[in-house]
Amino acid sequence: MSFLQKAAKDILDSIGKVSILFLQTIYWTFHNIKTGRFAISDLIEQMSRIGVDSLLMVAITGISTGAVLVVQMGFQFAQMGAQSYVGGVVALSMARELAPILTAIVVAGRVGSAIAAEIGTMKITEQIDALETMATNPVEYLVVPRFWACTIMLFILTIFTNVVGMIGGSIVAVNQIGLTLISFKDSILHMLQIRDIMGGLLKATVFGSIVGIIGCYKGFTTEGGAEGVGQSTTSAVVVSIMLILAVNYFLTVGINNFCVAYLP
Amino acid sequence: MIIISNLHKSFGSKQVLKGVNLKIYDGESLVILGPSGCGKSVLLKHIIGLVKPDSGQVIIDGEDITNFNQKQLDALRMRMGMLFQSAALFDSLNVGENIAFGLRRHTKLSNRAIHHLVSEKLEMVGLPGTNHLMPSELSGGMRKRVGLARAIAMEPEIILYDEPTTGLDPIMTSAIDELHLSLKERLGVTSIVVTHDLKSAYRVCDRIALHYGGQIVEIGTREEIINSPNPVVQQFIRGEAQGPMTLF
Repeated sequence: MSFLQKAAKDILDSIGKVSILFLQTIYWTFHNIKTGRFAISDLIEQMSRIGVDSLLMVAITGISTGAVLVVQMGFQFAQMGAQSYVGGVVALSMARELAPILTAIVVAGRVGSAIAAEIGTMKITEQIDALETMATNPVEYLVVPRFWACTIMLFILTIFTNVVGMIGGSIVAVNQIGLTLISFKDSILHMLQIRDIMGGLLKATVFGSIVGIIGCYKGFTTEGGAEGVGQSTTSAVVVSIMLILAVNYFLTVGINNFCVAYLP
Repeated sequence: MIIISNLHKSFGSKQVLKGVNLKIYDGESLVILGPSGCGKSVLLKHIIGLVKPDSGQVIIDGEDITNFNQKQLDALRMRMGMLFQSAALFDSLNVGENIAFGLRRHTKLSNRAIHHLVSEKLEMVGLPGTNHLMPSELSGGMRKRVGLARAIAMEPEIILYDEPTTGLDPIMTSAIDELHLSLKERLGVTSIVVTHDLKSAYRVCDRIALHYGGQIVEIGTREEIINSPNPVVQQFIRGEAQGPMTLF
């Protein structure tokens, strides 16, 4: 088998296994909700871990992105006498693309890798086998809370990134571009629509599910010792980010088509 | 009774089990001896359904578990406990939570009753008052004993021990063996022990099986094994590098 054939086979094999893991996660979620066994406490614990782990990095990313966007656009727009549009353009860029993408990349690096390392370590130290011997399904116990925590928290963190991005942008706009806070705010309110925010948050939710499922999958497929855990961790981040970037294109096209077809 | 019949298992091109046949009687302590890497742990994992065989049967109380669905396997596993080679304690849970894991998930016992049972099991393994410690704070011997307390928490009928004394000093090895014997006496469980530690095997066994080359090459009481004319058995119990048994 040639290198390309083997690579294609491996990729298809992985896509199949990730899909099965995803379907099992959905099955166990509904099964546990139906039987009253959904562990809310585990979900909240995972959500708080993800929030604590990512909050500082997300805040820095959001503030700096908002500030840099205003610096880059502000002077150009001022030369054309269009500085009153700065707030709106920055808000649109953040809400539609930058906030969900950048937050997802930060969470993939910080949380996706931690999930892969934690589950990978459990795999090589036989803790996953121990779960099974105690009649506990590892997908139910480990994947369900992590998957939903990533999905929900990326939604929440993206709102946070939008807000801090606007704060960072407004500080630079007022102090360096010479805009007033009111004109910056008015520009945002004039140009930004609910559908822009919802589109970005829909993307964030999908990206969160990608980070969660890939982190868990890479953990479960860890082999060997510490080296294997290292490889899974790195691979979880790389695969998550590549998938996020690829899926972002299709989501953007889909959301735009939907808006053109169904929204005034 | 557990009957293993003509069990075959390969991983890739490596054939690990080549037709294993074995009977384990209720209440007995069977030790499976064999050199490192010969597939003893794989055999143990077949008995609890963690690994599916390529062919052959594992019959427990008249039912072939190799055809069991997940629900049937879970029901079977509630009757079994397993002590892992590395103890496999859950890193994120403390000692008490590790032992209580199965009780919390599969029984409707109150917190008070679970706490009482956890304390009782910790007492049995000689580690009273360690509920709050995290696995990272335990020594190797303590981890094994907590692993054993977790394995017996649901009061199983069958306990599987995967190299229970590997990596322990002689005193701790002896303590684990005594614990094994006292559990057998107090709870009347069937024990299957996988090890390559001869001293420990002689202490805890009712019968010994020697696993080599993917098959059980000899089985019998301690005396029968010691006096066996089989050169493979003699090489193993004498610990000789030269002989019919090749090193892995």
